[in-house]
Amino acid sequence: MSKNTVTTETATSGIGPVEGASLYDVDHPAPLIEAPRKRTKKTPKSTRGNFEMYGWLFMRLSGVVLVVLVIGHLLIQLVLDGGVSKIGFAFVAGRWASPFWQVWDLLMLWLAMLHGANGLRTVINDYAERANTRLWLKGLLYTATVFTILLGTLVIFTFDPNIR
Amino acid sequence: MATPTLDKADGAGAPEAGFADSPYITATFRIRRFNSEVSAEAVWEDFQLEIDPKERVLDALHKIKWDQDGTLTFRRSCAHGICGSDAMRINGKNRLACKTLIKDLSPEKPITVEPIKGLTVLKDLVVDMEPFFQAYRDVMPFLITKDTNEPTRERLQTAEDRERFDDTTKCILCAACTSSCPVFWNDGQYFGPAAIVNAHRFIFDSRDEAGEQRLEILNDKDGVWRCRTTFNCTDACPRGIEVTKAIQEVKRALITRRF
Repeated sequence: MSKNTVTTETATSGIGPVEGASLYDVDHPAPLIEAPRKRTKKTPKSTRGNFEMYGWLFMRLSGVVLVVLVIGHLLIQLVLDGGVSKIGFAFVAGRWASPFWQVWDLLMLWLAMLHGANGLRTVINDYAERANTRLWLKGLLYTATVFTILLGTLVIFTFDPNIR
Repeated sequence: MATPTLDKADGAGAPEAGFADSPYITATFRIRRFNSEVSAEAVWEDFQLEIDPKERVLDALHKIKWDQDGTLTFRRSCAHGICGSDAMRINGKNRLACKTLIKDLSPEKPITVEPIKGLTVLKDLVVDMEPFFQAYRDVMPFLITKDTNEPTRERLQTAEDRERFDDTTKCILCAACTSSCPVFWNDGQYFGPAAIVNAHRFIFDSRDEAGEQRLEILNDKDGVWRCRTTFNCTDACPRGIEVTKAIQEVKRALITRRF
C-alpha cells in the first residue's frame, strides 16, 4: 500500500490564493444559483388537463398521415410526369378542379402547420428559460401559424381558375 | 495445511515477480471545484496520483481528499453502489464514482469529474438534491390502499404481478438519470425520470390502489409528456433500469385509460 502514495499536485486552477482581496469569504459567500422546482408564490398551479396528452397523440397520428400526404405531394409535384417543369397556373387549376385534391391539400396544410407549430411549441418550452421569452416566442409562433392556415384555407376554397 | 488459494498465490508469485512493472499508473483527475466562500465561479483543478487502474474513481477521490487536498468535498456513504450518494459526471457521463473503474475511462488522458448537472452546486461535487426529492415526493412513492383498516395479513401478489414492476424497484435515487435529462436541465420543472420511475413502481403494483391519482399527477404539463425519449436516462442509470421504457409505459397507461 505504501506504493500507493501520492505524487505531485499541479494546481492549474484559480482556487487558492486569489489576487487582491477576495469578494467572498466565510461570512459573505457567493450567491448560489437558485434551485429549480422551488415552491414560491410565483410558482404556477399545476395544470391537470389532458392538453399535453392530446398534443402528444396528435403528433404521432398526424405524423403518420403526413408521411403519406407529403410523399404523395412531392412525387406528384416534383417527380412524376415531367417533374417540376410541368408546374404552372394551369397545372394547379387542373388539380384543384377536383374536390379530392382540394381535400388532400387542405388536410396537408392543416396537419403540417399544426404538427410543425406544436413541435416548435415544445422546442420553445424546452429551450426558452424565461417566462417572457416564452411568451413572445409563442405569440409569434401562434400568429404565424394562424395567419398561414387561414390564408391557405382561403386560397383553396376561393381559388378562381378564370382569374386574369 | 495451507489453503488451496494461498498455495496458488505463492506458486504463481505474480504480484512479487511483477515488482518491476508496477500495476500503478499515473492518472490525472480534472475536478470541477466550487467554493462559494472563495469565488462565485467554478474552476477545474488537476490532481495527479499513482493508482491501480483496477481501482474505482471513488478510491481516487479518497486518495485526493486524504493525501492531497482535504477541502475536496463529495458525497459517499456505502461506496458499493447501493446508497446512491456519489452520482457524478465522470468524463461527461453520469455514473456512480463507486462503480466506475479507472481502467474503463482511458486514464492516459485526464479524467474529468464534475457535479451532476441541473441542480444547484453547494460545494465541489455536492449538489442540492432537494428539487429532486421534491419531485419524488410529489408522485407519492408509498403504498396507498382504499381500505383504512390495519391489515390482518400480508398483502399477497402473484409472481407475474411482482415481475410487472420489478425493473423500477431497483432505483436507488442517485439522480444520475434526472440530472442527465436535457429537459430537466432547462427549468427543472419537469418531474424527471427518477420520479416517474418511482411512480411506475406503484402504478403497476397490483397491491396499490392509487395508480389513478399518480397517473393524474404525471399527466401534468411538466409530467411524462415532456419526455423527448432521448434515452439519456437509460444510459445514465447505474442500476441498468430501462428508464425510458418505464416512462413510455406510463404514457401508454395514460392513453389507454382514456380510450
